[in-house]
Amino acid sequence: MSEKITLTIDNQQVTVEQGTKIIDAAKSAGIDISVFCYHPKLESVGACRICLVEVGRTQQDRNTGELLLEEDGTPRVYFSGTLETACTIPVAEGMVVRTDNEKVNKAREDILEFILTSHPLDCPVCDKGGECSLQELTFSYGLGESRFPLEEKIHLGKHIPLGDLIYLDQERCIQCGRCVRFQKEIAADPVLAFYNRGRKANIVSYSNPPFDSYWSGNTTDLCPVGALTTKDFRFEARIWEMESAPSICSHCPVGCNITINTRWDPKTGQKTIQRVMPRQNEWVNELWICDKGRFAHQFTSGKKRLTKPLARNSQGKLKSVSWQKAFKIASEGLKSHTDGLVTLAGGRLTNEDLFQLSQLTDGLAGKKILDSSLAGGDLTARVGLGQGSNIKDVGPGSAILVVACDLEEEAPLWWLRVKAAAERGATLIVANPRETKLDRAANHILRYAYGEETKTVVDFTKKGNKIARAFKEAENVIILFGSEGMSYSSSINLAQACANLLISTKHVGKKNNGLLAVWPEANTQGARDMGFIPRENLPEVLESAEALIIAGADPVGDGIVEDLSEKFLIVQELFLTDTAAQADLVFPVLAVTEKPGSFTSGERRVQLFEAALPAQGECLADYEIAGKLGEALGLNMVQGSAEQILKEIIKSQPNYESLTLAALREAPEQQPFVAKEALSYTGTVFKNTSGVGVLLPVEAEKTEISLEKISLTKTKFGKGLIAVPVTRLYDQGTMVRSSEVLHPRLLTSQLIINPTDAEKAGLTSESQVKISFGKRKFEAVVDLDNSVPEGVVLVPRSMGILLVGPENAVIKAVK
Amino acid sequence: MAKYQKEIQKILAKYPPDQKRSAVMPLLFLAQRKEGFVRKQALSEISQILDLQETEVATLVGFYTLFHDHQAGTYRIQVCTDLCCALRGSEDFLAVLCEALEIKPGETTQDGLVTVEEVKCLAACDKAPMYQVQVKDGISYHENCSVDNTLGMIQEWREDSNGKEEGAI
Amino acid sequence: MSEYVLLRHRDIPNIKDLKVYQEQGGFESFKKAVTTLEPVQVTDIIKTSGLRGRGGAGFPTGLKWSFMDQGNWPHYVVANADESEPGTFKDREIIEENPLQFLEGVAIGSYAVGANAAYIYLRGEFWQLAEFLDTKISELERAGLLGEKLFGTDYSLKIHTHLGAGAYICGEETALLESMEGKRGQPRIRPPFPPSFGLYGKPTVVNNVETFANVPRIMEKGPDWYRELGTEDSAGVKVFSLSGRVKKPGNYEMPFGSTYRELIFTHGGGIVNDAQIKAILPAGASSAILRATDNVLDTPLEYASIRNLGSDVGSGSVIVIDETVSMDWVIKKTIDFFKHESCGKCTPCREGNYWMSHLTRQIAFGEKNEDQIQLLYDVAKNIQGKCLCALGEFSVMGVLTSIERFPEDFGREPKEPDKG
Repeated sequence: MSEKITLTIDNQQVTVEQGTKIIDAAKSAGIDISVFCYHPKLESVGACRICLVEVGRTQQDRNTGELLLEEDGTPRVYFSGTLETACTIPVAEGMVVRTDNEKVNKAREDILEFILTSHPLDCPVCDKGGECSLQELTFSYGLGESRFPLEEKIHLGKHIPLGDLIYLDQERCIQCGRCVRFQKEIAADPVLAFYNRGRKANIVSYSNPPFDSYWSGNTTDLCPVGALTTKDFRFEARIWEMESAPSICSHCPVGCNITINTRWDPKTGQKTIQRVMPRQNEWVNELWICDKGRFAHQFTSGKKRLTKPLARNSQGKLKSVSWQKAFKIASEGLKSHTDGLVTLAGGRLTNEDLFQLSQLTDGLAGKKILDSSLAGGDLTARVGLGQGSNIKDVGPGSAILVVACDLEEEAPLWWLRVKAAAERGATLIVANPRETKLDRAANHILRYAYGEETKTVVDFTKKGNKIARAFKEAENVIILFGSEGMSYSSSINLAQACANLLISTKHVGKKNNGLLAVWPEANTQGARDMGFIPRENLPEVLESAEALIIAGADPVGDGIVEDLSEKFLIVQELFLTDTAAQADLVFPVLAVTEKPGSFTSGERRVQLFEAALPAQGECLADYEIAGKLGEALGLNMVQGSAEQILKEIIKSQPNYESLTLAALREAPEQQPFVAKEALSYTGTVFKNTSGVGVLLPVEAEKTEISLEKISLTKTKFGKGLIAVPVTRLYDQGTMVRSSEVLHPRLLTSQLIINPTDAEKAGLTSESQVKISFGKRKFEAVVDLDNSVPEGVVLVPRSMGILLVGPENAVIKAVK
Repeated sequence: MAKYQKEIQKILAKYPPDQKRSAVMPLLFLAQRKEGFVRKQALSEISQILDLQETEVATLVGFYTLFHDHQAGTYRIQVCTDLCCALRGSEDFLAVLCEALEIKPGETTQDGLVTVEEVKCLAACDKAPMYQVQVKDGISYHENCSVDNTLGMIQEWREDSNGKEEGAI
Repeated sequence: MSEYVLLRHRDIPNIKDLKVYQEQGGFESFKKAVTTLEPVQVTDIIKTSGLRGRGGAGFPTGLKWSFMDQGNWPHYVVANADESEPGTFKDREIIEENPLQFLEGVAIGSYAVGANAAYIYLRGEFWQLAEFLDTKISELERAGLLGEKLFGTDYSLKIHTHLGAGAYICGEETALLESMEGKRGQPRIRPPFPPSFGLYGKPTVVNNVETFANVPRIMEKGPDWYRELGTEDSAGVKVFSLSGRVKKPGNYEMPFGSTYRELIFTHGGGIVNDAQIKAILPAGASSAILRATDNVLDTPLEYASIRNLGSDVGSGSVIVIDETVSMDWVIKKTIDFFKHESCGKCTPCREGNYWMSHLTRQIAFGEKNEDQIQLLYDVAKNIQGKCLCALGEFSVMGVLTSIERFPEDFGREPKEPDKG
């Protein structure tokens, strides 16, 4: 524990931890000091000077070291007469700070006047209008008149694309440098900088492509003025016209808290999403979201959305029918196939959807199967993160092992937080067959050949080297594992090996210890908890079923099975996928933005979200469909709202019984302080008022978990190239592709190989090729990357090439 | 940059191995040696040598006045017109010199040989009018100058460069 | 005439040659320090000598050396040869003509603070000087006066030159360190000061060229000798760079306690065309400008006495203004300079100098408008006390003091003639 310091700010006694800056100490006492360049998550630079305050310090006798006292016995406090920046000065015992006297107020007014000399007067058309720090502070403290002549204002570039997603208005920039520092310190992509100096300095990016970062959108939240704006929101709406709905990002297992801003579009008469903003949750995403979460939101408003139930008619065509008719066909069909029902569900469904589907399937004695390329959901329930965990608290004395994943690509916020933990002093061990961005933050790197991930985890602690020592000496250990280059079946072993390592070193069931799976989808963990289990022999299971309910999954499109048209097939979908096209019945469902519900994140944090948009067409939520179908089949189903279903989940599901709705909705005060009235302090990130969620308990907290055997069979490959599936953030999946703003950033090449291999095969970057795995053949475009091991082809998932695990491949150039 | 391997190693050797970013300014001077300004290609090469982002290299070209991001004359005559030099007639010197060369400060003579620029104090306040001449691979001071001797010097450069061109044919 | 302490080449031609310098006892002080003295003893000698930093701030040199954080290693020494203040050209002459004395000073300073590497940061324009210093350093290495295990001890020292690339702000010590680290030369927040957090975050002493050049002579002749050269307040000698409207501009070494009159009229030969002297900028473009009254001309030059007059010794760059020059033009020139050199990091300096440059231009070249003059004065006042570093703080000195002390040049009522 660090020492506490007591000081006086504006006659108020404030006690804070040693090392706290005056500005944060004031904030903790409810005293606002204006800022532009300071941000509590960034290094302070003292540049904008708006936070100047008067600081008095106690004095010591030079010889005795004793405090000098006033006549009345109180410590003498000396004021130097020079104002000091509250953002750079750490508190000291007995310090006296004045933030609100004539001198300080005059200084703030002067700095505002200086900033406004070069700031344009285009507030009426500025997207930041209504949430602009400069506007707010000028309104509160400004001079009210301009002594700098309008005609002499500096003119600079107005609509400069810094990259594909962010625009710069050079005139509006007040050179606070928050964006530059964010990119360097938080995102570790120092691709923004100032060019020139003095008043002429402006922000530039020289990366290729420009502003090459998955984090660029956050700079617009930090920008205290309208200098940086996002491409999707520029000139689209006024801040005060929009409604806000608290939501959870559905793109990856992190579960970032977001706020969805919507507006009734007067032209179309429809409510549409205007922008996605981060919502503070210091246990999950702090103040940040990645660009995929921010920009890939248009999939829900895609024109190809299904809006009516479809049933196959006598000519074999899918035609729209009423819900009543659809349920009738469904219940009759299911009744006549009672023996062989299989329900396949994906991790993008909510807990409520999954619970209802589970009840329905159980009622019909069917099999509940989870569509996941990664195993271990049972293990994370046993030895996942312990109660009270927060990666933000992980630092010296802790170790984090990240194995078989490219964390920034798969779960960007975890990358950010793990990297930050390493910077704070945690020991970071990264084990992966190729270099990833996380390597730069790692203390130790374990490189292994594809297929040897489990062996690597089993073996590395047995050695007497410094990596083994670093791991063994750690007080707390977190392991994250992913599915880089793996099939589902090899991930079973890896998950168990990671769990065993934690169990055998007693790093389970405790705060800041445990296992994290880098799931392919937002609610894969929730689906596992609701009883859906992945199967190694999924193709056979699907092919042997008589009736199928498939929700949130597309096994035909994913190449798991080819033909399900002979089955009695019900599909619940947003779009007419390849699987839906073979169905007897297609139920149009609500998108995650159109219904309330809950997700269980990869950390096993249950978080609630609300509907941001009204229902499209006749769509129903998956949980409603399952509920009604069950009812039609005479099953005893929970009927009602998502909340009522959640109450039932809490009542009946193991590990969920500790939850309460009240706890889920609890939104405690967080540090740093976020609020609309403190806009300049933390930026436009939304305050969390609807709940930070609850971390589920793990079984290891209650019972001892035993080690399980693993088989160390090595995958055997033939000669030649080995193709391995990897995950990339900007793939060509439905969720991403429908967001046009992201198109310039999407991957265009589906194969990535080492330049040496390329040379041998006579290929260059962007060569058109044909890749074949036995009989399966795909056309593809090649990209070169030195970090890919020789003899290996990386095949990004969701890019059109179906590959579920490592396989021998042949690549031939197409002429 | 590849052809300067030896010099690059010599520069890097000056700084602790984990602080090679310190070499960025010397490397930028090296990059200017060929054409008198830094091309984007050089930014990329320097960033690779030093493990930096190109943006981190480019920002220095923008900050420091002796780095240039575009082509100018072979000889950059940089005349100090700061307070002390102006007190000794450097502003007139600049005006007359530019007139004689038929250019404005900041411009390049038609033959592309000379660019005349106005600069701030060069620490030669007692010897004004004075200027420095920046060429691709160095900087030299010229003090107590007159327009006549400056024009004479330019004439010599001109003859030199013509000679070279003829020699090249 | 007493002998030169710093501009010794004026007594001993060719002192830049190692052989000549060694004949004069060169590098004996360094050798003596390394072989017979503890580092702290060297620091104590410099403390006792009363030597103060010659870069402008005048901070006691020995005290600075004693602040080096002993719990954080390695230590570095950086010589500030970024000489860029308009009116300052003394370091250049020292390096050009008496380089070995300077280098020996760097070496002694490095030994005193336990640094095994020292860097000389030269402004980029000093390209030729850097090449010259490199040859001198190589010569010293060959002679065994720099390098590994010096004089049979365990002490090793490498000195490197490092070129800036055109930025006045890099003369500010923390901006210089940023620049040396390969970044934009923008000042850091102080504290922490370089002796606890300097180059690469390690304890670092940054001293001016002239400061280092004093050190070998102090070591050789003792701190008391040095103290006695100057006055009680200001020990030793100072090189003054004299420029502006004088007949013989140049560098003049004088002991503290001499006067501006001696500098300007004895050494500098008086005013061009024998015009009337009007003003003195004692510390370059950053000066609080003094009216050249008899009192000012005859005040013994010391850190304290010049401060009492309302200015600063600074780096000793004395710019002389005569009656033919109007102060509104002078401040237009100084503000042009600061606007060009403001790094842009802090608001008041960046925006304030931009604003002042508009006003000073209008005032110097347009009609004198009282509203504008008052506005200029207000803007300058509003900058004062709010800047991140000294550049901004001092950028306004000329403006404020010109308007206050030379009202007649701004169309205001002249002040009562000075009585002093």
